Amino acid sequence: MDTDLVGERRAVISGVGQSDIGRRLYRDPLELTVDACLAAIADAGLTTDDVDGIATYPGAMDTPPGFSGAGVPEVHEALRLNLNWYMGGLELPGQLGSVINAILAVSAGLARHVLCFRTVYEGSAQGTKGRSAVMPGGGGRGGGYRAGGFMEWLLPYSAPSAATWIAMIGARHFHEYGTTRAQLAQIALNARKNAALNPKAIYTDPMSMDDYFAARMISWPLCLFDCDVPCDGGTAMIVSRADTAPDLRKPPLAVEAVGTALHGRPGWADYPDLTTMACHDAGAQLWSRTDLKPTDVQLAEMYDGFSFITMCWLEAMRFCGQGESGPFVEGGERIARDGLLPLNTHGGQLSAGRLHGFGFLHEACVQLWGEAGERQVPGEPEVGVACAGGGPLGGTILLTRSR
Amino acid sequence: MTTTGDVPFRILPRITDRNAHYWQGGRDGELRLQRCRQCGYYLHPPGVICPKCWSKDLGVEAVSGRAEVLTFSVNHQQWMPGLDVPFVLAIVRLVEQDDLRITTNVVNCPPEDVAIGMPVRVLFEPHVDEEVWIPLFEPAS
Repeated sequence: MDTDLVGERRAVISGVGQSDIGRRLYRDPLELTVDACLAAIADAGLTTDDVDGIATYPGAMDTPPGFSGAGVPEVHEALRLNLNWYMGGLELPGQLGSVINAILAVSAGLARHVLCFRTVYEGSAQGTKGRSAVMPGGGGRGGGYRAGGFMEWLLPYSAPSAATWIAMIGARHFHEYGTTRAQLAQIALNARKNAALNPKAIYTDPMSMDDYFAARMISWPLCLFDCDVPCDGGTAMIVSRADTAPDLRKPPLAVEAVGTALHGRPGWADYPDLTTMACHDAGAQLWSRTDLKPTDVQLAEMYDGFSFITMCWLEAMRFCGQGESGPFVEGGERIARDGLLPLNTHGGQLSAGRLHGFGFLHEACVQLWGEAGERQVPGEPEVGVACAGGGPLGGTILLTRSR
Repeated sequence: MTTTGDVPFRILPRITDRNAHYWQGGRDGELRLQRCRQCGYYLHPPGVICPKCWSKDLGVEAVSGRAEVLTFSVNHQQWMPGLDVPFVLAIVRLVEQDDLRITTNVVNCPPEDVAIGMPVRVLFEPHVDEEVWIPLFEPAS
């Protein structure tokens, strides 16, 4: 492999931070953002004077309510940074696409230390009115609202939520490979078990297979426990140029490889193989950029906005073959915290809260630094992967404790 | 066919020059899709150039309305006030072309009877006052 063409290896992750996390905090989301950002900067052993870049997903947005707690200018202004490079946006390979952009920016020499953040307040935004309060067209009949953009093809069919779109991919996977709801349940059960050891997790009560099957159906084959829990909270990390390591508080985590590919069409219904998603291409690309193998990975933090997406990522990252994620997770032992491939060790978005992609990278870092407390994966893991996004959105980052 | 008397809740699409054929073809009982006049390739969603031969000579044609269910989900969550549940959301493949897919609802059939591979045919739900005819699908046999 020509490592000159793996530019991401010039980048490291030097610190992470998180605000208070809660189902509904009713706090200013900019405050949550700043809390997370300052924690990450301190964790790296830096000051705001050292930070010369910002990357965030999705950038400032008023709708859907609670989806974006802060954009670039608000954080720039709040922390009075001097920026050499910045970006905020959502047309990216998943939520971590913004972090990957930061990795590329420091690798290209445009910045030394990029502050990456993502804040949500969907819990507070929906309040006690349920999910429909934050859905497009959630106002119901009347008002003259008309669907446009890519939602033009979905909203008139009463499909405002990714739950409905992802459920169709799950159903096709069930059909082709014989995947079952009892297998899918393991993603949710595993997340809940891990969340019990995470002091910031939203749902920590034990969940049994019976509980899972008793949950109301949302969009068959996905039930309530297959859907992540909206919450409030900010997550941040610092991406630094590798040669700044002597300035940092602790040995940084090396970026070994990233994956950002999307081959085929971008529509949610148009991916050629309807049993998988963009993650398939992002995973293949990542493994083409490293000599490490899936068997070298000691922990996997994989997007679970809906449990089925995690199944797709397991296949995409080649921890099992295409269509084999059902048998792979069956029984739950393999993906448990003390199993062959510890998965979503913080409880995922299903139980720890929908921090929307950034929570997975945060957890991978915390685990690789050995700072995960009670939920620390045994054996001092050195290689971990974070994956985020579903449908046509997917980005993944492979990290190592030492190079 | 559903009549205007009991039109269920729908969020309607914003009609544009590019999409009008799809949402308004039902006025004449036709499912209309964009098609390249040079190479015959169908485009959905509609575009401005043929991705197969790069011709900009695109027209609109009625298709058979016959399709096959590629996959589906059964929705129980009331995403919007007034929405009747459960309902079936499906990706169907038109018989005219392998990669010609439409995301739609399968109606006139109990959700438990919908299956992957099932043949379906188009019908239209009229929203006459709003000049929108929603293409839906129902079992073909």
